[in-house]
Amino acid sequence: MTAHAVTAPALLASAATQHRGLTVALFTVFVLVTLGITVWAGRQTRDATDFYAGGRSFTGFQNGLAISGDYMSAASFLGIAGAIALFGYDGFLYSVGFLVAWLVALLLVAEPLRNSGRYTMADVLAFRMRQRPVRTAAGISTIVVSVFYLLAQMVGAGSLVALLLGVTGDAPKQWTIVAVGALMVLYVTVGGMKGTTWVQIVKAVLLIAGTLLLTVLVLAKYHFNPSALLGAASEASGKGSAFLEPGLKYGATGTTKLDFLSLALALVLGTAGLPHILVRFYTVPTARAARTSVLWAIGIIGGFYLMTLALGFGAAALVGPDAIKASNPAGNTAAPLLAQELGGGAGSTGGAVLLAVISAVAFATILAVVAGLTLASSASFAHDLWANVVRRGRAGEKEEVGVARIAAVVIGAVAILLAIFADKLNAAALVALAFAVAASANLPTLLYSLFWKRFTTAGAVCSVYGGLAVSVLLVVFSPVVSGRPTSLVPGADFAWFPLENPGLVSIPAGFLLGWLGTLLSKETADPAKYAELEVRSLTGLGAH
Amino acid sequence: MDTTPQPDAPPPGDPGTFARIEEGEEFRGLRRSFRGFAFPLTAAFVAWYLLYVLLSGYAPGLMGATVAGHVNVALVMGLLQFATTFAIAWLYARHAARRLDPAAAALRGHAAGGTAAVPAPAASPSAAPQEGAAE
Repeated sequence: MTAHAVTAPALLASAATQHRGLTVALFTVFVLVTLGITVWAGRQTRDATDFYAGGRSFTGFQNGLAISGDYMSAASFLGIAGAIALFGYDGFLYSVGFLVAWLVALLLVAEPLRNSGRYTMADVLAFRMRQRPVRTAAGISTIVVSVFYLLAQMVGAGSLVALLLGVTGDAPKQWTIVAVGALMVLYVTVGGMKGTTWVQIVKAVLLIAGTLLLTVLVLAKYHFNPSALLGAASEASGKGSAFLEPGLKYGATGTTKLDFLSLALALVLGTAGLPHILVRFYTVPTARAARTSVLWAIGIIGGFYLMTLALGFGAAALVGPDAIKASNPAGNTAAPLLAQELGGGAGSTGGAVLLAVISAVAFATILAVVAGLTLASSASFAHDLWANVVRRGRAGEKEEVGVARIAAVVIGAVAILLAIFADKLNAAALVALAFAVAASANLPTLLYSLFWKRFTTAGAVCSVYGGLAVSVLLVVFSPVVSGRPTSLVPGADFAWFPLENPGLVSIPAGFLLGWLGTLLSKETADPAKYAELEVRSLTGLGAH
Repeated sequence: MDTTPQPDAPPPGDPGTFARIEEGEEFRGLRRSFRGFAFPLTAAFVAWYLLYVLLSGYAPGLMGATVAGHVNVALVMGLLQFATTFAIAWLYARHAARRLDPAAAALRGHAAGGTAAVPAPAASPSAAPQEGAAE
């Protein structure tokens, strides 16, 4: 229904492109199926545990798929394949950080979080602290990280529809953003965590199937000899062997190298601090199942990033950088163009079909990610800020879930408006900022809470607000916002911080501020509460 | 300041129970086994990843050296990051299944058994352990 609303203007704009009708049809099927699942899940959602945590009824494998579906955004599917196609090896550097990051979640975070928390990240951060200050800080940080990430996805969705459906002008972009926003709010308010999880599972299966198909087709062209594929890619790139070495994107100057180091730190430490990822660990019954879900996620996500290598180098070799850049200078259409080429080229039926399939998968990818983000931020608003801070624990379960649904609608509406009126925002910079805040504000506080006995409320408040403020301020005074023609405010120049990614400074700052706040505060940590958190987080005693 | 009931407050068991468990040798063994495995391994993979990132930025000559055909050191190093990630995940899963899970289950069992055999004086001493055991 909603899909028609988006695509009707697009179809009217120019009905010539062969694949468009098929893309729209496939995507409509996806939307109808997921809405069906959502309504079914909504009927099964009775209490707060159902709404926030899907009744903790998912298996480790199901949750592993859902985590992958939550994590593999359009940025990683289209963005990384495109970056590899245009910059060769440097595109691959992203994937490595995105994968290695999961070890932090596996070794340090997933199981203790599942054992000691209930619905949100703040449950664990505030466990041994004074509730109101820490929950307020953690709730704000959760919402800020999720909204940055959400905006990136929605701005990206707007440009994507223009690219994949070959339409121009602002109207189709804006209709896409409205439709994506309306669908994600529906998934969350009606289906809660159960509905959202199934949407992510369906999307993960589709994305993996689509990527696997393209990978096999690419490798088959080179007789399953990866070295031949690499050779063809470097030759077609026009850059020779430099295409297969690091440096084309980040190696230009000392500043770009530092910028990459900064991004790499944020990627590897940010994942385990992303609230929409953390809440996924509550959807399984035990810590052991949380561990199994991360193991599956590592396998699925690792396999996916390995396949993006084939996609990126395949696009470079078979489509060629000139054709990719002509379609989109950032390379975001490399994977769809590769699909068209593998299906038989532009104008062929096979090409049209494969292009339509991959485009529909890309749309599905965006929907699943934004639903997860909306759920995490509205849950934190209702559970942390409303129930525990405003109502001081006097709100009933019904009221809390009601507030979460309203919050989802409000956050959805705000995200739609921001995404439409701020479409100049750079999606990649927004994602990098979300990771930097997660690594600078959330991860230090989470690790100190779990493993440092002396950590206090003042320390927690300092690391959350400090990490958050330092990362956001550094971006405000970076070339992302001013000083360059591509900046958000191109006319002004108040950029004194040279790096686009704040992590190199903000992550150590977050850890340092949490430590300083603890040392300088007069209060001492409550040893009994720490004993309780430690015993519960390691044994699962008293787990929800 | 927060005297009102918290929906997320831990089950109102005897606060001394957790402290007693935490001081026990059994729990200390579990903690040593977890930290002794997870902390050094975390330091190792973060260092290994940073080495890879630094080499990519500052040692182009080494990373560009050919290994075989069109495969260079950079690609091998990147794929090794994948391999070590999979290997560390597998190692941790094995360690957890062999050492951590049985110890955690035993502690949960003792906590449940302990409160059943010796009723604690607190108001609702069995809430937490029973939930844990029901898992």
